[in-house]
Amino acid sequence: MAESAAAAAGRFRAGDRVQASRIDPAHHTRLPRYARGAVGTVVEGQGRYPLPDRRARALPAEPEPVYAVRFAAGELFGAGDHTVTIDLWESYLRPARSPEHQ
Amino acid sequence: MSGDHAGAAAPLAARVRHLEALLEQRGLVDAAELDRALAAFLARSSPANGARLVARAWRDEEFRARLLADANEALPELELSMGGGLEEQRLKVVANTPDTHNVIVCTLCSCYPLALLGPSPTWYKSEAYRSRVVRDPRGVLGEFGFVLDPAVTINVWDSSAESRYLVLPLQPAGTEDDDEAALAARVTRNGLIGVAPV
Repeated sequence: MAESAAAAAGRFRAGDRVQASRIDPAHHTRLPRYARGAVGTVVEGQGRYPLPDRRARALPAEPEPVYAVRFAAGELFGAGDHTVTIDLWESYLRPARSPEHQ
Repeated sequence: MSGDHAGAAAPLAARVRHLEALLEQRGLVDAAELDRALAAFLARSSPANGARLVARAWRDEEFRARLLADANEALPELELSMGGGLEEQRLKVVANTPDTHNVIVCTLCSCYPLALLGPSPTWYKSEAYRSRVVRDPRGVLGEFGFVLDPAVTINVWDSSAESRYLVLPLQPAGTEDDDEAALAARVTRNGLIGVAPV
């Protein structure tokens, strides 16, 4: 369910550059493989939801921020002039230091 | 990419049937009650809902602004909601412009705004669509017979978490004087997913 921007505020803000984790876990995850390691830009926060990686293993999972993150096709696939916006839990993201991308 | 969607769903469907039978045996649920709940949900969910939303947004600038800012808040104005499941889902409406075109996919499974559009088309759940539209959206749209101007940028939205997406297409030229019902009749399910112009 939608929350106010303030309630949903987490570590990142719209416009922040972030890098998706390179993890390849043995368990369930909602971090798509094609986004792993890629650098993109936060479009918006979407509210807070429990991390599926923990929920799927019946572990305690406090709601955490989820963000829409936009990636250039070239960053994801090495080709293409489009963008792909992917919804990612905060645990999948870290700040990126590579402003030369996108 | 998870595996073949239909193949993976078959054992799950068998488990659901088994669980339902056990619950009925023990008197915990009434089969007729489940059927009524399902029928009521399906009666409410249809692409006609999405078409009504789009037609209203074309006719009413202020509604359009509210819909794009917070779709869940705007839906009740048309007596619609993203409820129907266990909890209300967040809806994000993304508007096409003369410069940008939006396309929706769920690469990990088949997330889709069921409450507004009804059951998703079979191709939406296919591995071919899910894997290819993020890599080559222009090529995939071409296979739907939709050739976009090369100058138009494509934004693909992968609904990989808890939000569901709906495309607000561009209003066709020459329909400025049409009423809402006539406008809604022009909107297709594929247009609401982004694989057709309208």
